[in-house]
Amino acid sequence: MAEIKWTTADPKGVLTGAHYIDGNHAACEGALAAGCRFAAGYPITPSTEVVERFAARIPLVGGMFIQMEDEIASSICLQGAVWAGLKAMTVTSGPGFSLMMEHIGFAAMTETPCVFVNVQRGGPSTGTPTLPAQGDMQQARWGSHGDYETILISPSSPQECFEFIIDAFNLAEIYRVPVMFMMDECVGHMTEKVVIPEPEKIKVVERRWTDKKPGEYLPYQPDPEDLVPYMVKAGDGYRFHITGLTHDERGYPAATDVEIHNNLVRRLCEKITKNAHKIWKWEEKDTDDCDILILSYGISARVALRGIELAKERKGIKVGLFRLIVVWPMPEQRIIELAEKVKAIIVPELNIRAQVAREIERIVKGRCPVIPLGHAGAGVHNPEDIYNAIVEAAK
Amino acid sequence: MAEAAAKKRKFRGVVVIKPERCKGCEICVSFCPTGAISMSTKFNSKGYHYPEFSNPDKCTGCGLCGMYCPDFAIYGYREKIEE
Amino acid sequence: MSTTLRENPVEQFLRTDRMPHIWCPGCGIGTSVNCFARAVLECGIDLDKLCIVSGIGCTGRVAGYLRLDSFHTTHGRAIPFATGLKLANPDLHVVVYSGDGDLAAIGGNHLIHAARRNIDITVICVNNFNYGMTGGQVAPTTHHEKVATTTPYGDPEYPFNLPDLAASCGAVFVARWTTYHVVQLTKTLVKALNKKGFSFVEILAPCPTLYLRRNKLGTSVDLMKYFKEKSVIKHGANTKEVGLETYDKEIIVGEFVDIDKPDYLDNYNEIMKKRLGDKFQPWGR
Repeated sequence: MAEIKWTTADPKGVLTGAHYIDGNHAACEGALAAGCRFAAGYPITPSTEVVERFAARIPLVGGMFIQMEDEIASSICLQGAVWAGLKAMTVTSGPGFSLMMEHIGFAAMTETPCVFVNVQRGGPSTGTPTLPAQGDMQQARWGSHGDYETILISPSSPQECFEFIIDAFNLAEIYRVPVMFMMDECVGHMTEKVVIPEPEKIKVVERRWTDKKPGEYLPYQPDPEDLVPYMVKAGDGYRFHITGLTHDERGYPAATDVEIHNNLVRRLCEKITKNAHKIWKWEEKDTDDCDILILSYGISARVALRGIELAKERKGIKVGLFRLIVVWPMPEQRIIELAEKVKAIIVPELNIRAQVAREIERIVKGRCPVIPLGHAGAGVHNPEDIYNAIVEAAK
Repeated sequence: MAEAAAKKRKFRGVVVIKPERCKGCEICVSFCPTGAISMSTKFNSKGYHYPEFSNPDKCTGCGLCGMYCPDFAIYGYREKIEE
Repeated sequence: MSTTLRENPVEQFLRTDRMPHIWCPGCGIGTSVNCFARAVLECGIDLDKLCIVSGIGCTGRVAGYLRLDSFHTTHGRAIPFATGLKLANPDLHVVVYSGDGDLAAIGGNHLIHAARRNIDITVICVNNFNYGMTGGQVAPTTHHEKVATTTPYGDPEYPFNLPDLAASCGAVFVARWTTYHVVQLTKTLVKALNKKGFSFVEILAPCPTLYLRRNKLGTSVDLMKYFKEKSVIKHGANTKEVGLETYDKEIIVGEFVDIDKPDYLDNYNEIMKKRLGDKFQPWGR
């Protein structure tokens, strides 16, 4: 039986009350509430406010922020902090996220629980630093080399930036994976009311500390139920070894052993795929008897609400909204159920290569048409475009 | 004369060799200040010649062999001679 | 003989179940580990609080062979990982143990910035003048005109003067020895480990299989003799003058820099205390 220890937030990190702040600041507060006590970052628009606030707040909460020399350094520095026992994150946007890819793989391979916040902007390359996109959704899943699985979470509002980054930290600890918190410039810079509850109402997961003693502890012996191994930290006498090489349960390199490699990589993937039903999080609106389903996430799902309203007002079309909060892994069964009932699924997102839509297509397997509604970013969809797509699909 | 010198010595050098770890680089033998060790004509299981403690009388137990050995295969130390 | 044989003090540091190691016959890395182990014992550091962080490459394997909390990170990134480890738990004693290619080429940016910040870590750089693990490619430490697989006709570049690089970026302790100087190296490592702030020790070491063979420089024993003949001990030498541009140049070794200045955390805590007053609890002190 996997032992997950739930507790409540450390009051030192919780700024209880109603605030008028943007998504970036809210994400920082959420991280502090979740127990994040270390961040390493490098300035990059449009994400920088997250670490600016963290740098101002953390000396008073008790922890550390350091601005590193680049994103490569940031994305490994935070993992050092994790192995020293703290919860940690880094924050970036497109170009920085690209630089971090190797260390997302390192975190996946070494099973280092941590959070990568990506406030997405338009790409490729320098692209549109000050304007939104959702063009890193596939990169966040597959960007590092080799096979691994991760978790993607996408908030639609500043309030959700606060709430769901807590989920991101909790899931990182439960499954010992790097969790990608996929914001976008629009949500990051949108200022709204954010209500931060009392610390005792915020649920936080403790690290999966081992109860074994030095000598009997194996760093990569998985829990038989959820396939996740238990952790130790530096300085506690375990004399453990961590490597990005393929390793056995002792953590020792076994980079030429086909069987060990196969078992390890499969487990790294299966600990997410087999536990996916415990990770899924989504929201449905008017899906009971809809003809058309809008399936989206992040800011695009929020923009789609207006398109849905227009279709109802002008044409009386029954449109439901399926909003992925955890974008990966996806609640496949539920999407299939809906695909069997609806006429079409429209997927608005701020990329033109159907980065999430193609996953939906794969899941739906032709049960209904899946219509990607891409936008290259640097702006959000015009609700009229979503309305038009609905009308077209309903014909 | 030699007996008198031996009597004077209150310490003797000891060298411990782990032949299986040796890769035969010969650094220990080359840098032993007194020539207390030499390469064996024997092979270990990997096919390397390894050092042997051929001249214990010459050994001062300085420990340099153990500090040089890249393979942790040899270790020298000084031991008090019991009366 | 009435007594039982004593164990090499390095044994307690080794994951003996992983011996023999992968290093070639005559490779200098193991020699440096002997000195390191003896230095740690002399310092009396609590071994449970001692962390080794390595990057990738031959020297990058040191972490895997030492029975300590050990981290074999990504290529070039041992220093930023160590920075996170140290800042998150300042009670830890953090040592970066890696090679010249790892620390000075791909990791060069991190080396200079960690020295500039004066992070309280010890960086041990085993310099064997080329990339060993990948088969002997040119490194930023390869002597001018020497041969490597990617400079088959000779290296047109000039190598880094690593002690000068570290010193000019703010390292508080900088030294260089060769694997011939095991006694001196051990004493220097004791100082480096005890030094608060960023300490940097370069260890010149033979790579017999690749660098020596390709350049027809003989065996490890030959190189050790060369180290012995060419080395000049100059403690406190101006680091500008210790470069190793060409192979025939004299090798200046010794402790070049040993200064005192507040480390990153000292400065951090002092500034925070100044600005935030009693609301601030010093971190890790």
